[in-house]
This record gives sequence, structure tokens and C-alpha cells, in this order.
Amino acid sequence: MTRRIALRPLARILEARAIGENPDRIERENVALRHEQARDKMRQRAESRLLMVAMVFFAAFLTVGVKMTALAGSEPEEPHIASTAAAALGTRADIVDRRGRVLATNLITNSLYVQPNDLIDPATAAAGLAEIFPDLELDWLMRRFTSGSSFAWLRGSISPEQQQRVHDLGEPGLLFGPRDMRLYPNGAVAAHILGGARFGEQAVNSAEILGVAGIEAQFDAELRDPARNGEPLQLSLDLTVQAAVEEVLEGGMTLMNAIGAAAVLMDVNTGEVISLASLPDFDPNARPRPLLVGDQAESPLFNRALQGVYELGSVFKIFTAAQALELDLVEPDTMIDTTGPLRMAGFEIEDFSNYGPENSVTDVIVRSSNIGTVRLAEMIGTERQQEFLDSLGLFDPTGIEVVEQRAARPLYPSRWTNLSTATISYGHGISVSPLHLAAAYASLLNGGTRVQPTILRRDTPQEGERVVSEEVSAIAASMLRQVVTDGTASLGEVEGYEVGGKTGSADKPDPEGGYYEGRLLSTFASVFPANDPQYVLVVTLDEPNIVMLGEERRTAGWTAVPVAAEIIRRAAPLLGLRPESVDPELAYQLSSASE
Amino acid sequence: MRGFVTFLAAFAVVALGYWAYHQNILTQQSLREVDRLQREIGLERENLGVLRAEWAYLNRPDRLRELVDLNFDRLGLLPMSPSQFAVMDEVVWRPESLPEAAAPSEPENILFSASETEEPL
Repeated sequence: MTRRIALRPLARILEARAIGENPDRIERENVALRHEQARDKMRQRAESRLLMVAMVFFAAFLTVGVKMTALAGSEPEEPHIASTAAAALGTRADIVDRRGRVLATNLITNSLYVQPNDLIDPATAAAGLAEIFPDLELDWLMRRFTSGSSFAWLRGSISPEQQQRVHDLGEPGLLFGPRDMRLYPNGAVAAHILGGARFGEQAVNSAEILGVAGIEAQFDAELRDPARNGEPLQLSLDLTVQAAVEEVLEGGMTLMNAIGAAAVLMDVNTGEVISLASLPDFDPNARPRPLLVGDQAESPLFNRALQGVYELGSVFKIFTAAQALELDLVEPDTMIDTTGPLRMAGFEIEDFSNYGPENSVTDVIVRSSNIGTVRLAEMIGTERQQEFLDSLGLFDPTGIEVVEQRAARPLYPSRWTNLSTATISYGHGISVSPLHLAAAYASLLNGGTRVQPTILRRDTPQEGERVVSEEVSAIAASMLRQVVTDGTASLGEVEGYEVGGKTGSADKPDPEGGYYEGRLLSTFASVFPANDPQYVLVVTLDEPNIVMLGEERRTAGWTAVPVAAEIIRRAAPLLGLRPESVDPELAYQLSSASE
Repeated sequence: MRGFVTFLAAFAVVALGYWAYHQNILTQQSLREVDRLQREIGLERENLGVLRAEWAYLNRPDRLRELVDLNFDRLGLLPMSPSQFAVMDEVVWRPESLPEAAAPSEPENILFSASETEEPL
């Protein structure tokens, strides 16, 4: 910084005056100098500002440039999220029963494939493989190895032992790819519900698993959803009860010489299906192929409890009686005319034997009088009968979460004549599945509200629309109880559990028209305990035939009823139901013995 | 004074830079560790799945039924029936004081205790 110059320095002015010069010149000179100084300062400041701006711009461009270089020079990579949330799981979710026991899971195995170009000695390899896998033929293998293609699948999934043996062949052209295999550890237990799975799209490192039937097909998308994170699908089935039911049913079917059997055990309040069995059954681990010829209903794949619709016979009578009671047309002890035979539209309706000219409504059910039931149906009328059966869900598929139910549509006459009303009142002329029947019984007996059968675990009772009043529901249960104590189902008594139920024996319809002679479908629809209904059990035997007490027996009272009783004897304790004979007043109960 | 402040600021910048760099390295290490653990969890989960499948397979009702039949002489297991329900008053309790220990010459006992004590920890 230069020293500030005075505009009129005294020394120079005096000097100038002495020599006669104008002192103003000095002042002007100094003013000019001062201006020059100020200008220099301004220029300096401007220059430094320019430099500053230049540097900022340089830094900015340098940053952009460096970043661009870094981006150009680095590998593309997803931003790393430092969260520890569990990664989405790619495997198909397990299926478990109501207590968490595994019904379906995945097992990691290996698939076997070949790259023929890498084979050192195709002939030896083929011979070795044919020995390890007896169902692979030597010729077929050789054709595969020498066809010129560079890749071929040999097996979908092989066991660790087989893998080791293939490995021991020492062929570099035989390769393994990891495979998730769907495993049903319980074998045939609950096979019809679970359905089965197969491989979909295959790649070397993994393969899709697709559900083909049952729950696996119904919930295919949910089970495969990676966002599910492996959370298992919980069913309402109880594995122990299911196994016991299947065991007893199989024994019963063999003993009664039946060609097929089905059982449905259902909670009346929640609508949960605790057990659903259909025989003959199959192993879902090796699902058989559908039949190519003949009736699919005879295939083991066919779910008789859920897919099959049958005329179930007298088990429907309780619906007619309950509706008559609900409409206040009769009381349980109202006498009904049962003189037969009853002629109607050219048909004769008869009873199994003559039950006398008059019976009370209760006795009509207990003795299973067709004529008495028809009389009740006549009082009710066609329209109201249809409405009532519809309200019980007997006209639509059940809606249970198993894929096959969609096709199980009940069959009923399109033209509903008076004769239809009469025969349907005792269960002929309408075909429903055993599951339909179980759901309708549950709706009738749980206090009178509609339940929808479900295969998924739920804790709360269903609160459906009202079908009958609580009073009628209780009367119906007591009537069913009397069928066991005094009527056609006397073999159904199980000590400790007040079993109530209704038998039904219907002639099987001939596909060519009419009905077969002596080929029956015997059904027992039961409820226990009858004084406080908790569970409904429907047992159906297809063409049972047994010689008992020196006579050939086919009707439900001799065939389905004892099987159902044995099922209740086995299943009720497993369900944690305390038998009645134990005094409930005593405080210390072993009611949790089944847990 | 002014020089000291400048030095202090410079030192602070270096120190903070070092700290930030160090944290960065630590974070990267942790992320690698998390990755490794996730992989391990995945593998363990796979193993767990296999074990669970094996457990379910070994506990399948058919096999248990067969085992019960095979060992009927020793175990005498029967299906549960309504008659097996009882009230607590009917249960015979073990006496309060334990009876004298079983004679040590019983072979099962020796085997059992031996295998238990010899188990390496």
C-alpha cells in the first residue's frame, strides 16, 4: 500500500510559489496520481475475484470429472443396503398341520444330466448308469450319448446314495445340478388334501416346483411367493387324527368288503376340517398318472369325500324334520301318517319295513320312515324345501380351499316336480359330496348358523347366517341321539361320547339309467357329543357287503355305523374331548391328556 | 496465534478425515461380515430344513405304528381310548421318599450311566 499523497504538500507549493509557478498544477498532478492508485487497486481486486471464480469452477468441474472417471472405471453394482432384514426365500413354503407338524416340505437333492461331448467312455457310462437306475435302459442311454446333442437330462432328482454311485463311475460328462424336491414325509396320509407337485421349468441350477392338485395347486402362487419368506401354510388338519381316521377307515373298508370309502371330520363351530380321508389313496411323493380309460371316479386320485357327489339317502331326513319344526308345522311328538305304500306320480314309496299307521316326528327319524318324511315334505312344499337346502349350501360347490371342489357341483333335478320334493326329502334324487353333508350337518347342529367348510386353521367360530333356531338345532341333535340309542344306528354307541347320527343307505344309480340292485352306498352322518355338538363325522362306504349274524348286510346300520363308531372312539380322545362318564364336577381332570 | 489456529484446523481436518476413513473401513468390514453370516444362516436354514424333513419322515404315523407293533412286548402301547381318561384322584403317585437305589449290578443301569459320564463335553 503506497503512502497516501497530500494534494497540496506545503513544501512543494512554497517552492513553486518561490519560482512563480502555479501551485494548482501540483494539486492537479496529485489528483491524477491518486486516481491512478485507486484504479490499480480496483484492477487488483477484480483480478483476484476472477481467479477465485475460476478456481471454484475448476473445482466443480474437477469433481464432476473425477466422479465420471470413477463411474466409468468401476464395475456396475447395486447400491449396498446395510439392513439386516432376512433375505427373501426362494424355496416353496412348507405345509403344516394344525399343530405345526410337517405335511409337505422341500428336500435338497440332485438332478443328473449328461454332456455327451465330455464323456470319455460312453459305453461304460451307459452300462454303469443302467445298473444304478434299473429303469433306465441301456439302448436308450446309448442313443442319448451318441445322438450328437451336447446336453440331456437323465433324472429329475436322485438320492445321495445314487449320487455317490454315479460319482464313483468317474465320468466327467455326468453332472449334477441341485434340486429342491417336494417331500411328503407322511406318505399317503392326507394325500388327497395335499395333492402333489411336479417340476416345472428346469435349468441346471434349479427347477420350478408346481402344485398339480389339492392344496398345492390351490395355493401354488402363495406357496411360491418369495415375500412369504418361508412362512408355512397351516392347515386345519390334525395329522394324528387324520392317520387314525385313515387307519380305521381302511380296516373298515377291508372288513366290509367295500370298494371305496370316505370320511370327513369337521368342527361344527369353526367349520375346520380336522380330517378328510378318501380310500383308495395314493402316495403324493409318487403321484400316479390319471386313468386314461374308464371312470376317473375309480382312480385312487379321486377324492371321494370332496369330489364325488352321491345320492346319500336317508341322512337327508333330518333336514326335512328340522325344517318342519322350524316352520312350526309340527312338534317332535306330532303324529304323522305312515301308512304305506305311498303312491305318487306313478311311483311307489315304501318303508324298509312297516312301522305302523302313525309315528311321531321323532320316530319318523329314529325308524327312518320314508313315508313319514314325504308327509313332512308335503307340508313344507317345494319352494320352501329348495330355499332351506340352499341355505345349508347343498346346491353349490362347498368352497373349501382345495382345487378339486370347483368341479364338485351337487346334482339336483332341473325340473323340480312334486315327486322330486318327495324323494329329495329322504335324500334320493339329489347328489352331494360327503363334505357337503358334513357342512350341512354342522350348520344344523352348531346352534343353527351356516358354516362354510375350510381347510385352513382358524381360531374363531364362523358367524354365518341363521339356518334354524337354537331350539330346533338342539331338538335335531336329540333326535339324532335317539337314532343311536333306539334306532337304526345302535352300533354307533361309543361309551363316554354321546354319539348321535343318521344312517343312509342308497342304491347306487346305474349310469345307463335306474338303480343297481344290491349295490349300496352306506353313509353315517354323526355328531358328538349330542348334548353339546362339537364335531360332525360323515363316513361313507361304497358297496359294503358283509355277512353278519348269518345274513348278508349292506345297509349303513351294519356297515358304516360301526366304522364311524370306531373312528369316534379313536379320534375323540385325540381331539381332547373328555368322555362323559368322568364326573365333570371333580376339579382335577386329565382333560389335557391328549396334548 | 493465527498460525496456531490454522495448524489446529488443519490437524482437525486430518483427524476427522482419518476417523471418517476408519469408520468407512469398519462399515465395509461389518457389511462383509453380515454377508458371510447371511450366507451361513442360509446354509444353516437349509440344513435345518433337511433335519426337519428327516424328523417328520422318522415320525410319520405309519412308521410309529410299525414301531409300536414291533415293540409291543416291551412297551405295550395301545391306541388311546375313552376308557383311559381318569380323574387325578385315581392316579397312584410315587411315594415322597425315593426307594433305595437299584442294585448297581443291573446291566442297563451301568450302560446308561457309563454312556452318560463318558460323553465328552
